Amino acid sequence: MSLTREQVMQIAELAKLELTESEIDQYVHQLSAVLDYASKLDALNTADIPPTASVLPLQNVMREDAVKPSLTREQALENAPSAIEGQFRVNAVLD
Amino acid sequence: MTAKTTTTAYEGVIGLEIHAELETESKMFCGCAVVDSTTAAPNTYVCPICLGFPGVLPVINKRAVEFAIKVGLALNCEIATVNVFARKSYFYPDLPKGYQISQYELPLCKNGWTEIDLPDGSTKRIGIRRAHLEEDTGKSIHVGGSSLIDFNRSGVPLLEIVTEPDIRNGIEAEAFGRKLRAILQYLGVNSGDMSKGVLRMEPNISVRPVGSTEFRTRTEVKNLNSIRSVQRASDYEIERHIKVWESGGEVVQATMGWDEARQQTVLQRTKESAHDYRYFPEPDLPILNTSREWVEAIRAHLPELPDTKRDRLMKAGLSRYDASVLVADRPVADYFERVMQAGADPKKGANWIINELFARMNKAALSAERVNEQKVSPEALAGLIKLVDAGTINNNAAKKVLDAVFAEGGEPSAWVAKLGLEQTQDTSAVEAAVEKVLGANPGETDRFCAGEEKVFKFLIGQVMREGRGKFPAELANDVLTAKLNARCGKS
Repeated sequence: MSLTREQVMQIAELAKLELTESEIDQYVHQLSAVLDYASKLDALNTADIPPTASVLPLQNVMREDAVKPSLTREQALENAPSAIEGQFRVNAVLD
Repeated sequence: MTAKTTTTAYEGVIGLEIHAELETESKMFCGCAVVDSTTAAPNTYVCPICLGFPGVLPVINKRAVEFAIKVGLALNCEIATVNVFARKSYFYPDLPKGYQISQYELPLCKNGWTEIDLPDGSTKRIGIRRAHLEEDTGKSIHVGGSSLIDFNRSGVPLLEIVTEPDIRNGIEAEAFGRKLRAILQYLGVNSGDMSKGVLRMEPNISVRPVGSTEFRTRTEVKNLNSIRSVQRASDYEIERHIKVWESGGEVVQATMGWDEARQQTVLQRTKESAHDYRYFPEPDLPILNTSREWVEAIRAHLPELPDTKRDRLMKAGLSRYDASVLVADRPVADYFERVMQAGADPKKGANWIINELFARMNKAALSAERVNEQKVSPEALAGLIKLVDAGTINNNAAKKVLDAVFAEGGEPSAWVAKLGLEQTQDTSAVEAAVEKVLGANPGETDRFCAGEEKVFKFLIGQVMREGRGKFPAELANDVLTAKLNARCGKS
């Protein structure tokens, strides 16, 4: 299966990545190879296997509704590149 | 809304999208406390999970699922057995993981309905397409060239409820909004306080010619901080769409914002292309199996819901509409129940609340759900009604007493004494007043005798005024009738 340049550019757009022309070519090649590898699974007959959304051998993992201590504000903001008035600061995003 | 413009009559087609925070103790996937995000100090109820740090593991809050099932059952939904959470990917600073944990193909609740009561006395069934569990985002405020982010709200359990496009106008949207809010309040899962953003309603609106079944381009309205604005914004958008179509234009798919000050919608952004959220199953959360036993146990413990309470009030003698008005807000329903418990006649209690108390609250800019913030206690209102029933004061005097209690609090009986409103049983005083009124209004008396019966209303008004609220209405009526008949020579 081969991805088009347009598909790669759309994926880059969704991931907010800027790619050079040569990078686009490179990813067309690499991502297509990944998809080819995954498509080997198409060879399996899954007619009798019910669909699932999880491969974990677990179900119904829940916790009781109990409050636990949170971080202090200093801890929460410790690694923030920029903080002001107890809040994380980023470049304005007005959608 | 059906509007007759130049040629075509249009109707609105509205579906509501509602986000209701589930007011659990702790957040959806971590142990941070759920707090009032409008007052708590920013970023003081956060942890690595709700801040979206790498390598952390979310764990589902059982009570949040239980709350969501309660809502689903109250909305007559099918409750799914197999639940899958999904990642909804998009970039926004208030969403620290770069995705929101939500549900997509397999929502917890689907195919429900609820019935709304409309002011004209009719009822209408509104379909519920789905309701699914997700997590709320943080909050951002924009200051200068920066956005400041508070993550206290990040990860609060959120129920997204989507209706079918069964709503036709602002009045129906408002009725649905009130009904849904009442259900959430009765279930004790959400305070219903839209001004704090714990409950958010967004109408999707289009119009079409009456009789058509097509769906035209729709717009979505955000920033609605009261149910009243849901009604106004819906009607505003419907009118706007009709004007666009009627002038030969085309409605553009867009997100609009409601400008409360100017009472109009303003364009926020046009949707150039559908979002690509790339939903996929959340690998950190195992499948959630909501067993029939669990669902039935929750159903068995549902509290009395608005419809059941409404039916009970109707059995007590209330009209369907009065009953639905009283049950529409949990605080009002509780207030009314206490008036009844204090011994007031239910029908009279309903009338005094809806016609008199609400009018005074409205003047004082208090909405109905804030009934406990005014000074007339349920017991005081019941006492007032009993004073009228016992003939101690008449209706007009009772309204004055209500004014006084509403303004300053206190016992109605004390105010009756203080204002000197107790009705007189002294027939001679009434007779003297009637003589005085008839003497002062000979023209009206002649017109009454000539058959103009509506003059009686004017004359009785004058007599009651003479009594300054102290005359029993029935006695005054009898005396005036007798004196008039005597003057007309009829008896």
